Amino acid sequence: MDVSNSSIVISNTESIPGRNIVEFYGVVTGNTVRAKHVGRDIMAGLKNIVGGELKGYTELLQDSRREATDRMIEQAKSMGANAVVNVRFATSSISQGAAELFAYGTAVRVS
Amino acid sequence: MENLSLFFNFGLPLIVLMVAYFIGSSIEKNHFANIREREDDLHGFPVVSFDTMPDDWNVSSSDMVTGSIVVSLDYFKRVIAGLRGLIGGRIKTYEPLLERARREALLRMTESARAQGYDAIFNVRLETSRLANAARDGKGTAGVEMLAFGTAVKLKGRFG
Repeated sequence: MDVSNSSIVISNTESIPGRNIVEFYGVVTGNTVRAKHVGRDIMAGLKNIVGGELKGYTELLQDSRREATDRMIEQAKSMGANAVVNVRFATSSISQGAAELFAYGTAVRVS
Repeated sequence: MENLSLFFNFGLPLIVLMVAYFIGSSIEKNHFANIREREDDLHGFPVVSFDTMPDDWNVSSSDMVTGSIVVSLDYFKRVIAGLRGLIGGRIKTYEPLLERARREALLRMTESARAQGYDAIFNVRLETSRLANAARDGKGTAGVEMLAFGTAVKLKGRFG
């Protein structure tokens, strides 16, 4: 999965490798709450009998995580940053069948 | 009539249990074989968990890469795990599930980095999250999501 966005560099390290941080803008966040789709859930329920990968869920979570990351990037852009460092992901299930995907990091300007 | 209700109450769950056991085991075996093959193929691609890079790595560009998978246990193993939960102790049926999910997530991350032309991944982190409710009796979806992410780098001249 490619989570990159052309104009902004993101990294889960404390700096962008090979570049220097010149300005900090603070924490940026992005979240999305997704519920599972009935059709996918029925398929997953059947797949659940024999076990193995639940592809529908894998894709659902990938898409959701990408959306959370994109929102975080949008926020960083609106602050005038050109990179987000120390990116972390968090997942929490809020109710049965729904989950929150959350991405956060520090918006910075790198030289 | 009595025979029919006997079949639906005991026979059918038993058949489902056996089918789940045989198909589930074969899926798991094939998945492990597939993982080993792809790991051999990626042998030599540096994937490390340190957060600082060695000084002699001369980076030209970097980006974050991720890999994830959602897997679940088969019905038979969930029932066994549920029974095991009554007496406590090591639940052996869950161990290979988590192991293969973790290795698969790492492989997907590494494959995506290689496909994009990166030379190495560092600061790799792994995260596990329980996706849905796994009821004791083996009902309900017992999905586990495994996420691997790290910073992929392109090097100017390999390790130069």
